Amino acid sequence: MTAYLAKRLAIGLVTLIVASAVVFCVLEIVPGDPALLMLGMNAEPEALATLREQMGLNQPILLRYLDWVSGMAVGDFGRSYTYSSPVIDLIGERVLVSLPLAIMALVLSTVIALSVGIFAAARRGRPADTMVMGVAQVGVAIPNFWFALLLIYLFAVWLRLVPAGGFPGWGAGVWPAIKALIMPAVALALPQAAILARVTRSAMLEVLGEDYIRTARAKGMPRRIVLWHHALRNALIPVLTILGLQFSFLLAGTIIIENVFYLPGLGRLVFQAITQRDLIVVEGVVMLLVASIVLVNILVDIGYAIVDPRLRTRR
Amino acid sequence: MSLDPALPGAAPERRFLRLALANRSFLIGCAITLMIAGMALLSFFWTPYDITNLTVADRLKGLSSSHLLGTDHLGRDILSMIMIGARNSIAVAIVAVVIGMGIGVPLGAWAAARGGLVDEVLMRFNDLVFAFPALLSAIMITAIFGPGALNAIIAIGIFNVPVFARVARAGALSIWPREFTLAARAAGKSKALITIEHILPNITALLLVQGTIQFALGILAEAGLSYLGLGAQPPMPSWGRMLFEAQTRMIVAPHLAIFPGLAIVVTVLGLNLLGDGLRDLLDPRLRRQR
Repeated sequence: MTAYLAKRLAIGLVTLIVASAVVFCVLEIVPGDPALLMLGMNAEPEALATLREQMGLNQPILLRYLDWVSGMAVGDFGRSYTYSSPVIDLIGERVLVSLPLAIMALVLSTVIALSVGIFAAARRGRPADTMVMGVAQVGVAIPNFWFALLLIYLFAVWLRLVPAGGFPGWGAGVWPAIKALIMPAVALALPQAAILARVTRSAMLEVLGEDYIRTARAKGMPRRIVLWHHALRNALIPVLTILGLQFSFLLAGTIIIENVFYLPGLGRLVFQAITQRDLIVVEGVVMLLVASIVLVNILVDIGYAIVDPRLRTRR
Repeated sequence: MSLDPALPGAAPERRFLRLALANRSFLIGCAITLMIAGMALLSFFWTPYDITNLTVADRLKGLSSSHLLGTDHLGRDILSMIMIGARNSIAVAIVAVVIGMGIGVPLGAWAAARGGLVDEVLMRFNDLVFAFPALLSAIMITAIFGPGALNAIIAIGIFNVPVFARVARAGALSIWPREFTLAARAAGKSKALITIEHILPNITALLLVQGTIQFALGILAEAGLSYLGLGAQPPMPSWGRMLFEAQTRMIVAPHLAIFPGLAIVVTVLGLNLLGDGLRDLLDPRLRRQR
């Protein structure tokens, strides 16, 4: 198990290093001089040169890269050009919106998808299965931001149950904050749940055809226990794989959804930073997102090992 | 593909046709896809209204016999906008799939043929691209190099590359140990020639199915990008942008938000059904599991 974990961690670390190089290089070739953008087109050449010096833009590229990476390793993501505050503070504020949103959406979609998938698999071929999977088929095709618009119209404009957008901040109390995140979380979760439900159903069906399921049933074990203990555990591997992949879709989805609901999260921060050419913020947020995807993939790998003990002894 | 024992002696084409006509997903998917494609083609010659002609007096009209799906805030006919928007969505998604296949399939086939270090490096690189949230990177690319349909195509296309590389590699790896490739090697053919003559024809079905899936995902991604203002630029209508413009006017004119969204859902649904149907038809092993 330790060797297994060590290997996963090493792969994750290499991915992060290569990713940081790629992000740095891509943003290096971006047209537009950050110093010029800060001071405006009519800036004095001397002032421009001084600022470039201060921002370290005159140093060789390799040195700046190493500077940036070693800074991030100790939590220093640099200073934003447009907000003139440390990037880590900007991220810190926004994470408090994006992380709860992503977690709410992930939990919601997993709970819905697993129950719907198992429900449908247990009723394979019957009307309930056909109906539920038909809904899932449509759900896969729904863009989350359109679904978000429909939710806003239904619950905010028409029924006036929840705010149409914005975020009061956690200072306004836990319930108002959560209330502002419910609709965005649902909008993110349901299209994802549709995909996951389909995967869960087909994974369950595959497992339910195995000999050990028939044996368990033949020795008189109740249907429900067979379904939840024997079948689900074996069906979880493909489900976990998709769940890991979906996390990155979920993060990307938050960018659009935060824009739909005017939520001050990481997605909106990075989107605004890109349009304002505030590259240091873009670099920091992208690295944070990549790191969280790497982390989730490691967690998924650990999840495999928990679900399937055979994997623990393998290299 | 081996002949189905249930239909002895039937010609493969006739057998395929008979199965296709019995496959509901395939039929519905085909019908929807043809309908959307037909709508996009028709828009080159005819739309109910000229969308460059702004009639502000007709702004935000609801559904009526003169404007079947109503009008937007500039008095443009929604149905005409959706028809022209279909062109944009389809073009972006198709070219992105072509880019993904054009680069990804040779890479995947090469990795499978060479194995060893080439394979390892290519596949690790694949994993790396997967670690970037695709949409975030697409947003970065379009925001940095400027919004527009062309950059949206490139951004979506890049993320199709590892998908096709992976599928092509997995498919090719399953074909290499087969007798006919062994025979071809024994006959002295090069790996490149075997890949072209024997491997690729045998993984076409796989690639076709994946192509439909990526096509559908491309439509969704394009809609997302143009919703954020990074896709096709006005006056070219796009479904995502129509939804963005609808958002602030939803209270007075909800129909603005309904129809472009439905167009996306129906198109993606059609392509997904087509993909499901094709997979059932082309992969007999999966067909039996249903």
